[in-house]
This record gives sequence, C-alpha cells and structure tokens, in this order.
Amino acid sequence: MSNVYVADQPEAAREGRPSGRLLEVEDLRVEFRTRDGVAKVINGVTYHVDAGETLAVLGESGSGKSVTAQTIMGILDTPPGFVTGGEVRFHGKDMLKMSGEERRRIRGEGIAMVFQDALSALNPVFTVGFQIAEQFRIRRGMSRRDAKKRAVEMLDQVKIPNAQQRLNEYPHQFSGGMRQRVMIAMSLALDPEVLIADEPTTALDVTVQAQIMDLLADLQRERHMGLILITHDLGVVADVADRIAVMYAGRIVEEGDVHELYAKPAHPYTLGLLESIPRIDEKGQQLRTIRGLPPSLLNIPSGCPFHPRCPMAQPICPEKVPPLLQLGPTRASACHFAEELVQRD
Amino acid sequence: MSDPTSGSLVTTPPPEQPGIVADTAPVDAGLPKAKRDKPRGLLGDAWYDLRRKPLFWISAGFITLFVLIAAFPFLFTSGSPTSGSLSRSLEGPGSSGWFGYDIQGQDIYSRVIYGARASILVAVSATLGTVLLGGLVGVIAGFRGGWVDALLSRIADVFFGIPFVLGAIVILFSLNPRGAGSNEWKIMGLVILALVMLTWPVAMRIMRSSVLAAKQADYVVAARAMGASNTRIIFKHLIPNCLAPVLVYSTILVGAYIGAEATLSFLGVGLQSPVVSWGVMISDSQQYIRVAPYWLLFPSAFLVTAVLSFVMLGEAVREALDPKLR
Amino acid sequence: MTDSILEARDLVKYYPVTRGVVFKKTVGHVQAVDGVSFDLRKGETLGIVGESGCGKSTLAKVLMHLEKPTSGGVTFNGQDIYKLGATGLRRLRRNIQLVMQDPYTSLNPRMTVGDLVGEPFEIHTEVAPKASRRQKVQELLEVVGLNPEHINRYPHQFSGGQRQRIGIARALALRPEIIVCDEPVSALDVSIQAQVMNLLEKLQDEFGLSYIFIAHDLSVVRHLADRVAVMYLGKIVEIGTEDEIYERPTHPYTQALLSAVPVPDPNSRRNKAIIRLTGDVPSPTNPPSGCRFRTRCWKAQDVCARDVPLLEVRSGSDHPSACHFAEKREIVVSHEAGELTELPTRTL
Repeated sequence: MSNVYVADQPEAAREGRPSGRLLEVEDLRVEFRTRDGVAKVINGVTYHVDAGETLAVLGESGSGKSVTAQTIMGILDTPPGFVTGGEVRFHGKDMLKMSGEERRRIRGEGIAMVFQDALSALNPVFTVGFQIAEQFRIRRGMSRRDAKKRAVEMLDQVKIPNAQQRLNEYPHQFSGGMRQRVMIAMSLALDPEVLIADEPTTALDVTVQAQIMDLLADLQRERHMGLILITHDLGVVADVADRIAVMYAGRIVEEGDVHELYAKPAHPYTLGLLESIPRIDEKGQQLRTIRGLPPSLLNIPSGCPFHPRCPMAQPICPEKVPPLLQLGPTRASACHFAEELVQRD
Repeated sequence: MSDPTSGSLVTTPPPEQPGIVADTAPVDAGLPKAKRDKPRGLLGDAWYDLRRKPLFWISAGFITLFVLIAAFPFLFTSGSPTSGSLSRSLEGPGSSGWFGYDIQGQDIYSRVIYGARASILVAVSATLGTVLLGGLVGVIAGFRGGWVDALLSRIADVFFGIPFVLGAIVILFSLNPRGAGSNEWKIMGLVILALVMLTWPVAMRIMRSSVLAAKQADYVVAARAMGASNTRIIFKHLIPNCLAPVLVYSTILVGAYIGAEATLSFLGVGLQSPVVSWGVMISDSQQYIRVAPYWLLFPSAFLVTAVLSFVMLGEAVREALDPKLR
Repeated sequence: MTDSILEARDLVKYYPVTRGVVFKKTVGHVQAVDGVSFDLRKGETLGIVGESGCGKSTLAKVLMHLEKPTSGGVTFNGQDIYKLGATGLRRLRRNIQLVMQDPYTSLNPRMTVGDLVGEPFEIHTEVAPKASRRQKVQELLEVVGLNPEHINRYPHQFSGGQRQRIGIARALALRPEIIVCDEPVSALDVSIQAQVMNLLEKLQDEFGLSYIFIAHDLSVVRHLADRVAVMYLGKIVEIGTEDEIYERPTHPYTQALLSAVPVPDPNSRRNKAIIRLTGDVPSPTNPPSGCRFRTRCWKAQDVCARDVPLLEVRSGSDHPSACHFAEKREIVVSHEAGELTELPTRTL
C-alpha cells in the first residue's frame, strides 16, 4: 500500500489567464512611529496580482514585505504604524478609503491571509472544527449543522485524513504541517479571490513544506485565485511563482517574470541573493557575500538604500534614488546600472 | 567612502575573490547612531529609559527627601520629638509648631520628622533581609530542582500560609510582651524579624521562577558546554539575569513595609512610646481625632506619600526593565 | 589517509516519560537517539541532516557530554569520554566546543562581548595568563570579522549575524579540535548566512578544525560537508560522502528529502523527480517496529516490519544504507558550479 506518489512527469506548464486585475497596491507608504524615531517601513511600493497567478514578494527581514501584506488586509497595528500615502485597490476600489465595515467584508471573502505560525494564529481554546465552522455561521448565516458539514469539506479539501474525527480536536493536537493545512482551510472557507500567504512554510520541515506548497498550488489552480506568496526562500519562489517582486528597505528593487529574473537578475541585490545561497544541485560552489547588514529603518541610507552594501556602487548612488525603470514589458529594476547588469554574462 | 556611520577601518575585498572574505563592511552600518557611542548594559539601557520618566523623578525626589529626613532629622527641625510642655497640649498648627502639638505638648512636626527614621530604617532593613533570604532560598530551590526544590517550596508554603497580621502579632507579642520595656533597637530588630519571616516566601517564589526559566536558556547550556562550574553558572549567568523582577519587587516592598510597620505600631505590638514612629503617632492620635485632627493628619500624609513614592518608583523601574526582560 | 579523532558507537539516549507528581512512574520512553554510530576524521566536516524529531539535537547534547547516553560510547582520540574523571572532562571540553543555533539566546545578555569571548579563558585558566587574555580576545574578534574595538559592547547592540560570529569566536578561543555546530545559520537572514558559512570554511582551513555540522537545510550541508549522515527517528539511515548522498542516494527517505528541497532555478521544475511523503512522522515514544520509515515508505514490504535494517553497504549502493531495498536513484541533477558573475568595481 503506497501512500506516496512518485511523479517523474513534468508539471503542466502554467498558462497565463487573461482576466481582470484583482488586487493592486500603488505607491504605498507606511511609517512606524516609535520612541526612537520614525521608521520608514514602506517607501512607495507598487505591485499587483491577477486571478490565477502567483506573485512572490521576496525579501529578508526588515524589507517591509509582511507590513505591506498587513496593510492590504487592514490588520496593521495603528499605532505605531501609519499609512502615509498610496492606495490599495481591490477590483479597482481603494480599500484604504473604505469604512471599517466594508473592509471587514472584504476580509475573508475577497482577500484572505495565511500566516507563518499556525499555533499562534489559531485559537487554542476552540476546536478546529469550531473555528472553521464559525466563519460559515457568522459570515454566511448557516445553521450549526450545515456549517459543520462545510467545515468537514474544507478539511477534506486540504487533505487532512479522518476529517470528521479531527474536526473535534484542538490546534495543539495537530502537527505543524497539519496545523498549517487547518489554517489554509480556514482562510479558504469563504472562497476568497486573493490569498496572501506570509511565510507559510518557513517554520516547517522541508518534506512538509513541499506538501504544503503543492497543496497551495493545487488549490490556487482549482479556484483560480490570485496568490501573493511572501517569503525569503529563493528555492520556493522558483518552484511556484509566476512573477516576483524583490523588496529591500521598504522599496521594490526589482520586478519580473520568474524565468527572466533568475536567468538575468537586473539588480545587484537580487544578484547578490541568488549567488549567496547554497544550492543543492551544485558542487564546488563559491558563495558571494553581501557585505554589511540590512539597514535600520530609522536611518535608511540616502539615495539608493542598497548602496552601502553594493559591490558596484558609484558616486551617483547615494545621491539619487534610482526610480523603478521598465526594462521590458514585464521587467523593472531600481538600479542606475540595471541595463549594464542585464547585459553582462 | 561617504558613509557617515563608518567608525572603523574598512578594507575592500580583492575583486577576484568576492566570496571568501569575512564581513568587512563597517559593522555599525545597521545600528542607530545613539547607541553606537556608549557601550551600555541592559541596566544602562534601563537607566537611559528611567531618566526620561517624570514618574521616576517625582518618586525619586520624594524618596531622597525622606531618606534625608531619616538620616539627618536635625536638618529639618531644631525641636525635639520628646520634650514637650503640657501647656501646649493639643494646640493647633501655628507659627511655633507647624503641625500643632499632641496631648503631651510634643511638637508634632518634630515627631513626624524623627518618626521617619524608624519607619524608613525598618522598611529598608526588612526589605534587604527578605530579598536576601528569599533570594538565596529561591536560587537554591530553582537551581537544584528535584527533592531540594520540593522541600524548600513546601517550607515556603507553610510560611506563606500564615496570615500576615496574625503572625506578626503572635511573633512580636511572644518575643516582646507589653511592658517589658525593651530598648528601641531591640524592638525595631524584632519588627524587622517578623516582617522578614512572614514575607520571604514571596521573594523566594519570584527568584525561583526566574531561575527556573533562566536555567533553560541557551547561554547557560553554552556555559556548561565550556566546562563552567555550578558556582560560576549561578553567580555569573543566572543571578544577573534574574535580578530584574526581584529588584522591582523590592522597591514596592519597601513601600509595603512602611505601611506594615505603621500597622504593627498602631496595633501596639510594634514600636511603642517613647519611641517615635508614624505608626505610633497614628495610634496615639486615635482618641483625639475630633479634637486634634492634625495629629492624625500629618503623620498619615507622610506615611501615604512615602508608600506611594516607593510604589511609583517600583512601577517606573518595572517599565524601564520590562522590555529588556523579554 | 586521515584517521578518526571521534568515534561514536551505538549511541542510545532515551528520555523517560513519567506520570505523577510525588511518586513518579515511568510509563514510556522517548527514543530520541537509538543506536547511532559514526566516525569523524581529522579536518573533515561531517554533516548530520534530518528533520524535526530525528534526534539530531539530542545527539549534539550527548556528543558534547551535556547528557549521558543511555548506552553506547564515544571515544575522542581513543579515550572513552563518559569514563573521564573531573580533570579529564575539563581537558575534553577544551577540545570539543559548541556553536548554537539561536544568536539571540546563546549569549548572556548581561555580559560584554569581551567577557563572553574571554569566558573560556577564565574557566580554563591554564590556557592563557591573565595579562594576555584581553589581547587574545581582540585577536579572536578580528579573526571572525568583528571590530576588536567593540570589545566592551553588549550583545543586544549587534545584529544576529554578528552575534553568531561572537559565538564562533567564543568556540574558537581554546583552539579546540572539534566544533559541534548545531544549526548555526538557520536563524540568520539569507544574505548573512553566506557570510557565516564562508567564515566557518575559512576557520576550518586556518585552524585545522573538524566540524560536526548539524542542520536541517540540505543545501547548506552540501556546501560545507565532506561526508553526510541522514537521520530519521533516532537512527542514521544513510551515510556517505557528499557525492554519494547527493548524487547517488539509496535510502527512500534520503531520496524523498532531496526531492523536497526546492532548487532556486525555475527550469528545474522539469528536471527533478518529485517524491512526496504523506502522513506525519511517528511519535518517538512509539516508533514503528522493524524499519522506522516503513509507515511512509512506498517500498515497504513485510520484511520491513519484521527486521530492523542495519546500516551497512548493500548491493545497489556503494555506501552504507539502512534499507532492505536500497537502490541508487538520481534525484538532484548535480552540476559544477559556475563562476560568480563579475561585476564592475565599486568606486564609491
């Protein structure tokens, strides 16, 4: 009896589906007002996601990738966080200008979010079934029995075995990977159009990570959702993303189609990242180090925020903030020397 | 390089080997400027925060005042707390006696000033005793664990179960029966003893739980892996990291003890006349409240202010230390 | 031919599971490590990989003599480390040091960097006379790439990567022969991981260190290790050189593990074999009989439930593998790494 599938066939190629733009973030700016000063966490971020596609937002800690997601969802801690500019448009309407009630309605049905740590995102004193059914009871007005049935269906959809039984168990009784599935089930309960996954597999073992990423990909395909995957893992991104936005110090420094970006990065930070990660399929690898540290957001370097660490910085770099230059229909880079970089071999 | 935060020599790596060299960028590049100039321990950071709290300065101001009053009462009054002339009995506040006079004609103001000494001294000594005893037992219990911990915890539980006022009365009554006429210092010592005996379990519990948590910390494992002896681990690694909650507790404890001493004196088992303390004054003034309310008012005001100052200080210290505790 | 400086033989560590408060009754055992044997040769890096629950952290504690094994032994340069007296143990500690995972909790926040890195000298006073200690600490800070002038700073004034360097400097102080690295880069940002990995490599060359490198990240281990042991539920299921494990894995778990590691190359989606395990890791208090992996293995047969497969070289495999049906299979398509992209030099 085999409970594992071994597939040597290539995965079906992803087709671009022409459809409306679901979610658009434009020139978003967010500050954190702290005791030690004002931290400029997001400094003009623009990206979008369409139905059926996966946008990966790539960045390290302090890049602002999670804060952007929280702002989209409307769960940003205010104070100390304040939105100081920009728009977040869902189906064309700016959510930042909506009332709290309208935003709440979109949350769950329009846009849903999956977090990194399922143990703290799930309420430990309620059963898993209760928490999922709650969504149906409250938001859809279903009866308790119907809601419970739907909850079992959701657990089935995320491939939790013995769903009927496990419905009555508490979050701590599940393993890490199972809990993440539960969280995915909860977030998909109301059939959202956009799913934001914030580091969904960072805390999981690699074999479990692979299962969860497969699950997300399947669910996305079935429901034709837009998926925003926030991560720092360049391997995961290469496997699932269609497009990538690379963030650094609260800005997008490079954007592009996944194949283009990996083959020819157009920003020294992206290049540095790609060449600094050890790869399982390479022998005798030399690792490029990116010198220095990520900047403190209280004190972002002038001009291009990456210049203190950049191996090819020139005098113009601290002077002028490089704009996000379009290098092609799907490509953009915020580096004064982007074109030169792309032409290198 | 134009990076204004660079404070050290920067060597650029030879271009042929971009990967091999270790970090050569200015290591300060990521840190906010203020912290770079002075190395500060966590207590130093706490002090930095504390300095900015008005609550701290207010309470510290009052406490300093009280300590000065306790230490150098003659600086605040030229009068005597015990010599009084019956002719002035129950006289109200006026130019000669700012707080009025008690039934024996003693100047209330002088008595309040001199009374500070007993209160403050007892409170501070008792706090020291409680924290040292409780802290010591807590460290042993937390560090050793097993049956030692179980035994010490049960002993602490026994003491914990004794109701405070009742226990204090019993202790003081048996060791210092009324009319024995013991001297001032002996009585203060007994009061301190009673306070310590009844409250050390709380300090023990606080220290013990801190130690239990700190014992699991990675840096303790690292110290063991290096071959550190138990003594070294306790004194160099555990205690410095467990002090914070005990420190906070002790500042509040001083305030509580001032009140406790006053209570015991009021009940007649603590300090008694002719020794002067705020509690004694409050006790003596009971019967004359209607006639001479100032006799009760002034010592009470001082008492409440003193207790409040310590509690506020404790709050301020807790806030300053708290984020660092995490 | 280098000989082994550390030998582990049949290491077993069980933790009793007790019930009751006053009178404790043992109701079971967590079989964290269940019969692990390996050699560490001088100057090499032995990688130990596995997922959570495989017992690698427990193994680290046992090797560091922080816990006594339930049975089995470890010899260092021929000496049984569990039979040492106090002085012998002290000398052992000078030769085997530890670098821990979390840079935020592995340094005492109340001690300065100088105190932290200098602590080994204070514990083992015979290594350096008091007068020379400060200088030695400063040299160590330089060696790991930190500014020696920061000797009086506190850990919270440093970043995660820098704190990890402090931990490494501390481990290096007594010039040990072996450093056990327990997930030293997992808690660091991607761009900092490379710095620390390069540092570890450099130090190994400079000081002739041998590493036991424990990690869950197979890519990191491939980069640093000469030989690799794969652990599952307390046992080593496969052990071999870097090439053997990554290019010719024979144990199904190793194959599944390799298949699960994402490669930062969008084109590899087509090249890689896809193996997905289902179900959860069984509880270490109640591991499956026979081969522990059989509950999730697609090759499982009756013999797997009956006979515990020994870690030995089998037909179909040129290196030891603990599987009755060990079979070589290419999972990851390896290739030689190219040169790093040459960039125009910085003129700032």
